[in-house]
Amino acid sequence: MYTVPYISTPDPTNPNLRFLEEVSLRTAGVSRLEMCIQCGTCGGSCPSADDMDHTPRMLFAMIRAGYREQALKSNTPWICVSCYHCVVRCPQGVHIADVMYTLKSMAIAANADVESTAPDFAQTFVDMVEAYGRSYEFGLATRYYLKHQKKRLPGMAPMGLGMLSKERMSMRPRKIKGIDQLHKILGRAKELER
Amino acid sequence: MDKYLFYPGCSMESNAKAYSESLLAVCEPLGLKLEEINDWNCCGATEYLGVSLTPAYALIARNLALAYNQSNGTQTIVAPCSACYLNLAKCDYYMQERPELGVNVNDALAAGGLHYDAGSLSIRHFLDVLVNDVGLETLKSKVVRPLKGVRVAPYLGCMVPRPDYDHRWSNPEYPNELDRVLKVIGAEVIDFPLKTHCCGGHMTQIGPQTAYELIYRLISAADQYHADVMATLCPMCQMNIDAYQGETNRHKGSDIQMPIVFFTQLVGLALGLDPKDLGFGREFISTKRVLDRIGLEMPEPVEVAPVTKPRKKQEGLPMPRMPREAGDEEVNP
Repeated sequence: MYTVPYISTPDPTNPNLRFLEEVSLRTAGVSRLEMCIQCGTCGGSCPSADDMDHTPRMLFAMIRAGYREQALKSNTPWICVSCYHCVVRCPQGVHIADVMYTLKSMAIAANADVESTAPDFAQTFVDMVEAYGRSYEFGLATRYYLKHQKKRLPGMAPMGLGMLSKERMSMRPRKIKGIDQLHKILGRAKELER
Repeated sequence: MDKYLFYPGCSMESNAKAYSESLLAVCEPLGLKLEEINDWNCCGATEYLGVSLTPAYALIARNLALAYNQSNGTQTIVAPCSACYLNLAKCDYYMQERPELGVNVNDALAAGGLHYDAGSLSIRHFLDVLVNDVGLETLKSKVVRPLKGVRVAPYLGCMVPRPDYDHRWSNPEYPNELDRVLKVIGAEVIDFPLKTHCCGGHMTQIGPQTAYELIYRLISAADQYHADVMATLCPMCQMNIDAYQGETNRHKGSDIQMPIVFFTQLVGLALGLDPKDLGFGREFISTKRVLDRIGLEMPEPVEVAPVTKPRKKQEGLPMPRMPREAGDEEVNP
């Protein structure tokens, strides 16, 4: 069940809020990022660390040192596959995967120059969900591939056709009935996010 | 009959249709009643959380609020998809851990006339319900067609046993629930070391090289263990390993044919249901060798031609015709 957190959250009105505190504050739940002891268990557990600019441990050291720009430019959060191996192994209970989500959203907000098409993929997915209330794979795949991976399209065509003919993908989106309600909720949530 | 609120998730309607078909088919013989949450929306998968915080949690919480309003007699949501299960549980948990998040989410929900008190629902995975509510004894008593001689590699992927906010699983890295279910239905279960390793998730789209390595690791290990089939409980895992196996083989220069099905499809077979009603035939990598082992016919693979509709207006652009053949009048006189 739910456990009581033992770290206080930073004061958002503090004018000297450091980058570390800002990341921590913007993370869902209590991030415990301040508790990182730089042991490297996270990087050692990571299935995709090879493709990262920085291992999670390095990234956390950078955050602590206030390297805002470099941290937000790093491809590390975008390579994270959310497998939660590091999360369950971290001896300090840092919510690593959630910190990665925070860094992604901060990179998008800061318009950071990330060398990855992942931000656009995420944004396209979100656009589809906001338009229909459900995910729309056909729209997502076509828009994303046409924009970023044209060369992959011919190779992917048989698979795409297979998905259609096996009725595993629909060319039409499904829209929820309460889409107006959802828009109101998300609209308010976006105001609160600012 | 045990009643549960059911959150299917978007994948169940599309790429994981076989999961949906087989899951709904096994519910009746197992005495489970699932009541779908009316007008549920997408949970945001792993994408929305990385775009903005409050909207992502408000999106998830709308489902929890709707579910709570609909909960007559049950407080349990069952989610079959790993990402949905995790996101619903995560939202419920973090709204409690960070009360400010809960306040903001409810502020947003109020704009749509909804409200949710975190902690009022219990969010569980279908496998958990099968093992702990139905019970393996009951399941065993209903098996009419044991999967004798079928070698299965149990594969859970990441997001069900981890991070496990509610402490429902035997182990976050090496849980035994799926193994136990497969054993009870008579399959030969492999002690599969990669059972909770990553399938690549969305990397098949945005960083295929990363994903192909991870997929290859899984299918080659299953192949080395002489598995007939892998059994999973996650739509994303199934799609990556099944639909991207061809691409992975091309990338690695390998030729592995490792079918992967949802565990509910195998449970359905053991309960004596028809493979056709369990979504067999929707996979890219054929499961014929699995069905052969228990003496069942492989259903015709599902191949539906894309539907074309007649045009709405018959007038409009004229069809070009050969004037002679048309016989009556000249086109463009």
